[in-house]
Amino acid sequence: MNKVFMSGNHTIGEAAIRAGCKCYFGYPITPQNELGEYMAANLRQAGGVFVQSESETAAINMVVGAAATGARVMTSSSSPGISLKQEGLSFLAGFELPAVVVNMMRGGPGLGNIAPAQGDYFQSTRGGGHGDYRTPVLAPASVQELADLTIAAFDLADTYRTPVLVIGDGMMGQMKEPVVFPEPVKTFPEKEWALKGRGDGPSRYLASLILDGLEMERHNWKLVRKYQEIAAREVRYELYMMEDAEFAVVAYGTTARIAKGAIKRARKDGVPVGLIRPITLFPFPDKIMREIAHRIKHFLVFEMSTGQMVEDVKLALNGRAEVAFHGRPGGVIPTPVEFARVINRQYQRNYK
Amino acid sequence: MKLKNKWPKYYKQDVVTHYCPGCGHGIVHRIVAEVLEELDVGKRALLVCPAGCAVLAYHYFDIDVIESAHGRGTAIATGAKRANPNLFVISYQGDGDLSAIGTAETIHSANRGENMTVVFINNAVYGMTGGQMAPTTIIGQNTTTSPIGRDPEFDGYPLHITDVVAAFPGVVYAERVTLSTPGGIRKTKKAITNAFQTQIDGLGYSIVEVLSPCPTNWKMTPVQSCKWIEEEMSKEYKPGLLTDKREEKRKTKG
Ligand SMILES: Cc1ncc(C[n+]2csc(CCOP(=O)(O)OP(=O)(O)O)c2C)c(N)n1
Ligand code: SF4
Repeated sequence: MNKVFMSGNHTIGEAAIRAGCKCYFGYPITPQNELGEYMAANLRQAGGVFVQSESETAAINMVVGAAATGARVMTSSSSPGISLKQEGLSFLAGFELPAVVVNMMRGGPGLGNIAPAQGDYFQSTRGGGHGDYRTPVLAPASVQELADLTIAAFDLADTYRTPVLVIGDGMMGQMKEPVVFPEPVKTFPEKEWALKGRGDGPSRYLASLILDGLEMERHNWKLVRKYQEIAAREVRYELYMMEDAEFAVVAYGTTARIAKGAIKRARKDGVPVGLIRPITLFPFPDKIMREIAHRIKHFLVFEMSTGQMVEDVKLALNGRAEVAFHGRPGGVIPTPVEFARVINRQYQRNYK
Repeated sequence: MKLKNKWPKYYKQDVVTHYCPGCGHGIVHRIVAEVLEELDVGKRALLVCPAGCAVLAYHYFDIDVIESAHGRGTAIATGAKRANPNLFVISYQGDGDLSAIGTAETIHSANRGENMTVVFINNAVYGMTGGQMAPTTIIGQNTTTSPIGRDPEFDGYPLHITDVVAAFPGVVYAERVTLSTPGGIRKTKKAITNAFQTQIDGLGYSIVEVLSPCPTNWKMTPVQSCKWIEEEMSKEYKPGLLTDKREEKRKTKG
């Protein structure tokens, strides 16, 4: 396929279909409706299933049912809807079922508004639902990345038998950019655990109720080992203008794009600043942060929240460097001019 | 005389029951296993079991089983059936599960006419959590959260959810049966057979509501429980066929 000009939400839909997504279950919520609409229009032709559910709770539980049969499945929503999906996410984690869940975040808490925001970072990276679990979280920052990471999300989900989140915001979903889609995926890993009827073999069950205390503990340690393996193998990040940087900005998604603009401006003013962009929020790229902290002693975190990822940056650095924060919660998209001003101010304060 | 009693193929033999003496779940489990075998669908069956006393149903059945979050059985069943229409999908649910927390899922899966079967155990209480009032608790019935008896002024009226969904065009077969007499148990088996056949024939949604004793939480003996079902519960929830659109559906299916 040649380069096409497409919106973020449509791109996720097309990428999912190419990744072999066979089922989409969802409930409308702005700003991600175009994704559900794309699936309604295209998934059936591709031999798949689209159901508009009665709620997000129902949608995620439909995901549970379809994933249990071994199909590649997806749902999407935005912040208030993702809150409702937490029940199912916890069960997917407990059952060890693969699924892809897209969150185009909006302002909150409560109904908030439909403007871009990054207030669901804690909810996404800390499990979100009840119990001791994590979900890999991918945070694309361009339409091309929405395509690539959606496909990666399906693969990650299957590899580790876990739900995987792709998080963006209203801006990621609505903006149009050129994108090149990879060829459709044709071969999939065999899922021996899938419930397709026992046939002539032994019967199987998927359950998360574990009454025996020691067995429950074993199950949880097994999950922990899985998350450790994901943390060791699946970290993704981008370094931008970091080679000669003396000062580091950390930002993801939409905010990282704005930060790049700000960094270009600050560089013109002679500030040697670069960007560390986490692409996976869990696992968090903490190792590279520690490495950078050998030579850079000041980090500045930008977020469209009142400060959530900044905690992970501090945890990663564990006192090795100073961490400053500048954030705007949902409602207002910060500008490169604003960020550049903050960069300049921090640079003056720390280095002059 | 030779006993014809044969152990059902899809019912495990080596399981020590966790149900209380006189509980209806065990009877219905056995019926489900028998009908799976008689209609030859056990090999392609998926049972969705609920949060509630039947949460451990996967220990009893020798078919593929998935547990469900409380109330979400028919959503899980929808996902499984849509993803894999060849599966024979049963959602097994209690009245707390199906008619309280899962009301939305129940109504909408029925209204979509999902080609699945719901086995609905109505024991008029939340059994597993210790006998609290359920939507199905009858007027005057004592429970731990209606200690002076359900008073509709404060607690609302008993919910007849099967009657509600029976009116939907997509609901092809709905029957209410009771375990309180041997005849009732025979009718239960017949109704479950009809409901399963509805799904096998691809006609749409089928549901069987079973009035089932919970001696433990009713604080009665098993015999008293059956009598209470006969004399009190069956007055509120009249056993009988609620809808049967099988012929109609067969015609429209051509
Ligand atoms: C979200 C959630 N809320 C509450 C519970 C606790 N809970 C477990 S079983 C149950 C009631 C089950 O009652 P019913 O469906 O009537 O089945 P029974 O136990 O009577 O067979 C409740 C409230 C739960 N597991 N999950
Ligand atoms: S509490 Fe009631 S429903 Fe639960 S096992 Fe005991 S008798 Fe059966």
